[in-house]
Amino acid sequence: MSGVDRRPTMAVWKFASCDGCQLTLLDCEDELLPLADQVRISYFLEATSAAGPGPYDLSLVDGSITTPADAERIRHIRDVSRYLVTIGACATAGGIQALRNFADVAEFRAAVYASPEYVETLADSTAISLNVPVDFELRGCPVDRGQLLEVITAHLAGRRPDISDHSVCFPCKRRGTVCLPVAKGVPCLGPVTHDGCGALCPAYGRGCYGCFGPSGSTNLPAFVPLLRRDGMSGLDVVRVLRTFNTAAPEFAAASSALAEAERPPEAGQRDATGEPGPGQDGAAPRHRWEDE
Amino acid sequence: MTEPTRQAVMGPDGLEALRQALVRRGRTVVGPTVRDDAIVLAELTSASELPFGWGVEVEAGRYRLRRRSDRMAFAHSAGPQSWKKYLHPERVRQWTADRGPDGTLTVREEVDRPPAYAFLGVRPCDLSAIAVQDRVLVGGPHRDEAYRRRRTGAFLVVVECVEPGATCFCVSMGTGPAVHGGHDLALTEVDDERGHRFWVRAGSEAGAEVLAELPVRPADPTTVARAEEAVTRAAGRMGRTMPPVDLRDLMRDTLEAERWNDVAARCLTCGNCTMVCPTCYCTTTEDVTDLTGEHAERWRRWDVCYDLDFTHMHGGTVRRSGLSRYRQWLTHKIGTWHDQFGSSGCVGCGRCIVWCPVAIDITEEAHALHAEASGRDAEGAGAS
Ligand code: SF4
Ligand code: SF4
Ligand code: SF4
Ligand code: SF4
Repeated sequence: MSGVDRRPTMAVWKFASCDGCQLTLLDCEDELLPLADQVRISYFLEATSAAGPGPYDLSLVDGSITTPADAERIRHIRDVSRYLVTIGACATAGGIQALRNFADVAEFRAAVYASPEYVETLADSTAISLNVPVDFELRGCPVDRGQLLEVITAHLAGRRPDISDHSVCFPCKRRGTVCLPVAKGVPCLGPVTHDGCGALCPAYGRGCYGCFGPSGSTNLPAFVPLLRRDGMSGLDVVRVLRTFNTAAPEFAAASSALAEAERPPEAGQRDATGEPGPGQDGAAPRHRWEDE
Repeated sequence: MTEPTRQAVMGPDGLEALRQALVRRGRTVVGPTVRDDAIVLAELTSASELPFGWGVEVEAGRYRLRRRSDRMAFAHSAGPQSWKKYLHPERVRQWTADRGPDGTLTVREEVDRPPAYAFLGVRPCDLSAIAVQDRVLVGGPHRDEAYRRRRTGAFLVVVECVEPGATCFCVSMGTGPAVHGGHDLALTEVDDERGHRFWVRAGSEAGAEVLAELPVRPADPTTVARAEEAVTRAAGRMGRTMPPVDLRDLMRDTLEAERWNDVAARCLTCGNCTMVCPTCYCTTTEDVTDLTGEHAERWRRWDVCYDLDFTHMHGGTVRRSGLSRYRQWLTHKIGTWHDQFGSSGCVGCGRCIVWCPVAIDITEEAHALHAEASGRDAEGAGAS
């Protein structure tokens, strides 16, 4: 054994988030020690206060970009990272805090802080990939432990992570769950949601909430009427699409189109959620069936 | 109907005797049972777990259990699962590899020992589906060993259909509602003023042996006549049909039809239709390594042609549009399957219609393609 440490270096970075995705890594109890044998964890404030110097072979980024300072910091992190992976709905789609993208952030700031002038913030909460190039995006609120380990393991082995971007219906059918919308009329976001949880909620009789954001192949205009059939109002649909992945383009386009359609004529600037009108235009949904 | 080798009549208590006779032979008995508001397939620890008195109401995108006014155990159409759940499991380990301290690689093929199955309550359409998967998975030079180990010697108790669902079309596909061989035992259920009973026929030596152990009485002409009538009546009550044309030609001649745009606008590409289909057999491989990279495993799991990864090659996905993926499904099921495996890939069970959350109906699409093609032909004829 030479004294040179040949382990690749790994860093975990935090932006606007609840830290749940980083904690998922600490939650990998059985694998943490073997992991530490394989990678040198050089930067991980959640677990240690000793920050190592860059550059880093693998950077895991948790959280979204909400301030000018963070927009600066992520560019630096990109510069010192060979392979950059976003972990979780905040880093990958802007998180629940992207609800501000549909509202007036100055109004929020004035309502929440005693001296709003000291708070510097951006109008939108954005995904990391809208700020810098990203090598892999891991979804979920929070990310799945097994998938997080798979991303790291695949990186160490130099292979592509085995992470599918098909719908939650795939694992749901594979595990033999009886389909909720078909057999019970329970609304379920599974057909448009990215796999990752293994169809956990439907297995317990609850419709999918869309924690993992849009799948790689969605058709929201065809899907929304199914939620309506199963008893959701237009407002319910807007709300269910505006949770952890509110700013994911497919969900945002569908919720904006619906909010627009539901808006009472006299409500002026307010959309159907009762919040101030959309801060972003209702871009036409991307139809995957049109050959790209 | 061909002359049965051996036949008899038994009461409902015969079902538990049948289950026990199969268990005595070391078999795991699987059959329909009520769970989570549906009739699913599960191991039966008692024949009382069969769905006595339960029926289902099905439509495109909709399935509801309902109480029947009689005691029938098999008067329900196909549920959300099929026997491929057991014969062609959703995830199977194929091999493992380990690198030793000296760097040598050891690869071990996985040879699992699945249970010896007995399936109690196979519908005739599903018996045809098993025959289709037999041709695909073990019928050619490259046999699927995981399937073969489960399929070889599986004991099949078929129950003829007397209560087709609104989405059934086995008559159009020539697979039901009567059984035409390939079974060990065939049952037909009757519940009338003379009581609840089954007309039983053995279709194999193994079946005849089991039949000899059951509490049966000689087949009486009334029971046989009632049973045959019920199956004939069922044939006249199919909820769906396929257009009465050569479907393979129809698929070949409509590849550029407008209708594909129409269905693609409605399809979610969620893959449910393929996963519930009893004949869809496609899988993908999954290679996993541990953190050290010294241990690797290959698994294969169900995959379907709606997945973008299904046609992922260097340079990306070939079938990107929803249109091309829906068209792959339909043209494979009722068209190119004939070229590949010498039969239709659809047996008319109706599952894909019921379990499509947005109610896309394979028969409606085929009729629409047929109408479009006929209209085009008529136009062409008019113009000339
Ligand atoms: S329950 Fe939801 S996730 Fe499962 S198959 Fe049905 S729609 Fe898809
Ligand atoms: S294509 Fe549909 S109706 Fe035909 S066998 Fe498959 S699931 Fe049944
Ligand atoms: S329809 Fe699709 S999933 Fe089914 S067997 Fe054909 S290619 Fe495979
Ligand atoms: S036809 Fe229905 S079940 Fe099949 S992929 Fe399309 S929406 Fe899903």
